[in-house]
Amino acid sequence: MADAARDLTLTNVTKRFGDFVAVDDLSLQVPQGSFFALLGPSGCGKTTTLRIVAGLEAPTAGTVAIGGDDITGLRPYKRPVNTVFQSYALFPHLTIFENVAFGLRRRGAAHITEKTERMLDLVELRDYANRKPAQLSGGQQQRVALGRALINEPGVLLLDEPLGALDLKLRRQMQIELKRIQTEIGITFVHVTHDQEEAMTMADTIAVMNAGHIEQMGPPAELYESPRTTFVANFLGQSNLIEAVVVDTSGSDVVVDCHGQKVGVVGDRSHTDQGQAWLGIRPEKIVVNPAGDDATAASVSGHNVLGGGVVTDVSFVGVSTQYLVRMPWGQEVMVFEQNTGRRAPLRNGDQVNLEWSADHAFLLDADQDAQAGVVFEDDR
Amino acid sequence: MALRENTLTAPTAPVPRSTPGRWLADNVVMIVGVAVLIYTFVPIGYIFALSFNEPAGKSATAQFDSFTTDNWTSICEPDGLCSSLQTSVLISLVATVIATLLGTLMAFALVRHTFRGRGVSNIVIFLPMATPEVVMGSSLLAMFIAIGFNGVLGFLTIVIAHVMFCLSFVVVTVKARLAGLDSRLEQAAMDLYANEWQTFRLITLPLALPGIVAGALLAFSLSFDDFVVTNFTSGSTETFPLFVYGSKQRGFPPQLFVIGTIMFLVSLSIVLLGEAVRRRRRVT
Amino acid sequence: MSDLVADDVAVEPKPRRRRGKGWLLLLPGMLWLLVFFIVPTVQLFITSLYDPNGSYEFGYAMTWHFQNYATAVTDNVDLFVRSFTYAGIATVICLLLGYPLAYAIAFKSGRWRNVMLVLVIAPFFTSFLLRTLAWSAILSDRGVVTSLLQTVAILPDDGRLLATPVAVIAGLVYNFLPFMTLPLYASLDKVDPRLIEAAGDLYSSPFTGFRKVTVPLSMPGVVSGTLLTFIPACGDYINAELLGTTQQYMIGNRIQAAFLKERDYPAAASLSLILMAIVLVMVIVYIRRAGTEELV
Repeated sequence: MADAARDLTLTNVTKRFGDFVAVDDLSLQVPQGSFFALLGPSGCGKTTTLRIVAGLEAPTAGTVAIGGDDITGLRPYKRPVNTVFQSYALFPHLTIFENVAFGLRRRGAAHITEKTERMLDLVELRDYANRKPAQLSGGQQQRVALGRALINEPGVLLLDEPLGALDLKLRRQMQIELKRIQTEIGITFVHVTHDQEEAMTMADTIAVMNAGHIEQMGPPAELYESPRTTFVANFLGQSNLIEAVVVDTSGSDVVVDCHGQKVGVVGDRSHTDQGQAWLGIRPEKIVVNPAGDDATAASVSGHNVLGGGVVTDVSFVGVSTQYLVRMPWGQEVMVFEQNTGRRAPLRNGDQVNLEWSADHAFLLDADQDAQAGVVFEDDR
Repeated sequence: MALRENTLTAPTAPVPRSTPGRWLADNVVMIVGVAVLIYTFVPIGYIFALSFNEPAGKSATAQFDSFTTDNWTSICEPDGLCSSLQTSVLISLVATVIATLLGTLMAFALVRHTFRGRGVSNIVIFLPMATPEVVMGSSLLAMFIAIGFNGVLGFLTIVIAHVMFCLSFVVVTVKARLAGLDSRLEQAAMDLYANEWQTFRLITLPLALPGIVAGALLAFSLSFDDFVVTNFTSGSTETFPLFVYGSKQRGFPPQLFVIGTIMFLVSLSIVLLGEAVRRRRRVT
Repeated sequence: MSDLVADDVAVEPKPRRRRGKGWLLLLPGMLWLLVFFIVPTVQLFITSLYDPNGSYEFGYAMTWHFQNYATAVTDNVDLFVRSFTYAGIATVICLLLGYPLAYAIAFKSGRWRNVMLVLVIAPFFTSFLLRTLAWSAILSDRGVVTSLLQTVAILPDDGRLLATPVAVIAGLVYNFLPFMTLPLYASLDKVDPRLIEAAGDLYSSPFTGFRKVTVPLSMPGVVSGTLLTFIPACGDYINAELLGTTQQYMIGNRIQAAFLKERDYPAAASLSLILMAIVLVMVIVYIRRAGTEELV
């Protein structure tokens, strides 16, 4: 059933609304059968991109192709693409059964009743077949929307933030469900979301979008551990970005000078090799230790150390304790320490060293905005 | 940052008074509202009561002379009553069909399409609703005369006039319904292999239908009950309202009140029926 | 609920609205309105400028006789004043009666909301003329109401209700009440009750809350209700004719008489257009405040 050559390809797709450029010369390739996530903040163009693939929006320039077939000029009802809408868009005047069977009926497929019943079983809504959408809960409606799209066995299934309206617990459940269904059925999923945890949980490949273009694309782990831009570093999880100057690129590691202290960054995580840079280190990767007599000695050999820190904030969050450590140059570094109980928590005013394993930091060009991609809690 | 001592004290809530005064205060609005409603039904009650009245003289008056059900059994007895009813029904049906059709098209244009001249269109559609009927009627009459229709004033001219002033109301009603329709439903339909015509037939039309029906009903009742514009453009044709008006000279047959009661009951049942259907279907 | 999640939109792509098609759909209806409303109104304007010395039988000469307007006003000043007075009083009474009713339906009706709305318009299911005739019966000289008022000495012993301004205004109020109630209701319905709660939370008494929160928020409804009541009331003539005498005649009666009985077309036309102009002024004021999108 799966044709390996039926990849979804976008080539130089641009979409302009008057002066506003929603999608800016975007190119990507989604392998057949993979779970692909388009991740980005509100207004970055991810939904517009999705709508262009669905045919609900015509690109100003560029092409969309599935396998070798150019579908750019095709109307939505002629494309082997189905969409699960953010608001579900279930037809309020039709029963659940008729909603799910809608696509099949339009194409004059055979055995509609059996296929529909089987799909209703798959989404566990067989008993609701004769009800109307208004009588179902949000989670149930979402499953109907999914079934209505899947039943047509499209080449590509597009999901526009389908879990946005669900409460946290249900959302987690559905994330697992969707991933399971996708693996079972083998259809290409393109999932648009602003929730980076959701994208990382579900996707094989993530493309992080910002202002109409792709910042970085790759497997979740790669994007998380080795971000190439400050936007990606800040948007996925959280990062500490520390000013640094490159001093030595002769060895396998790049050595940088951070306000007088020297640390090394592994070569394949260094995305700049000269001049000013941002040294990036994730809060959970930092080990914070009370400063001993030798202020810059590492507790584990081979670890990088930045000394001279003072704890300024301690927050107990159950799973972890979050510290803010003020460094000699004034910056407050975030540290997340898992509450393993191995050591008593630090207190405000404690003098500490920060250390991390050499292969945990990354290096970025200082031209980039350190605030790019920072998500405030209330935006999530 | 320590909080200052709170030097403000909130005013204490008024202590609820005990029952009768409190009940009155709570419900005074509802009482007044219901009183107003009752007031609006007083003439209806009169009409109903008077339909059973056998007038002493030739013309029905406000006096209750004697009770009879004869009026109900001899509805068509007065000359011209039933023929005027028939004329009214016919005219209103034709006018409703035309006005609903044209008005629905206009509503779709206004809600679903962009075009320049929107503001002007809105004004042109709004004006007939705001213009006094005397002005509309008299200007139409003047125009008909000017183009030589003077001899053929009647059914055709009445229908033309009725469509004219019903259009706006249909547009408003259908537009209200359409505006509430999520256009993403139509996008979903196209995503699911329905072409434009199928989308319209299977999704848009069924969902817009309640608004269209409401517009049609509104147009029918406006047309059926119209007097002023009809008076100007009717020539010698007599609609029911014209008949009623004419009765002022001729003398009121009591059967008029019978018709009035029937009109009320029929319309009321249609509306209540529509409400019941709506509740049963429970469509969003 | 999905509104709580921000759509991926700085600019939400509007649903595709095809350009040319809009005009096509609009055309038939617009043509109808153009030919049978706009053109006659223009024609009316032309007629109003005819030489008043002509006549229906022998035709009129077009002499751009703007004087007709001045004559129309000066000849009928008392009628204009009376019409506006009656319509104005009727509108105010409609507001006083309609507001509590609309408020009750919007906030206090619970399950009975739809029933009450139906009841508001139900009386309109009978013929307008019949209803007005019923009022002439109710207010007649030997009717209950008149006798009652005479007994209580509000009316002198030989006083009448019928054939007085009171009856005409009462008829206007009765017949235009829904035009006030429904827009008021629509506007009050949109008021978020939590705002009133918030006012109470901020120490206002229920009446102050009403005065400072509900009333301003219901203003759009008050404005459109007033327009929809006052304007047709100005031009009405049925109520005056059936419930009053020539002493209570309004502009509408005059226009009707001029057109149908006297056949003095230039005078009738200029009167109509003056009335129309007053309406237009009010509409323009409204549009200035609220724009054209909410009109229809």
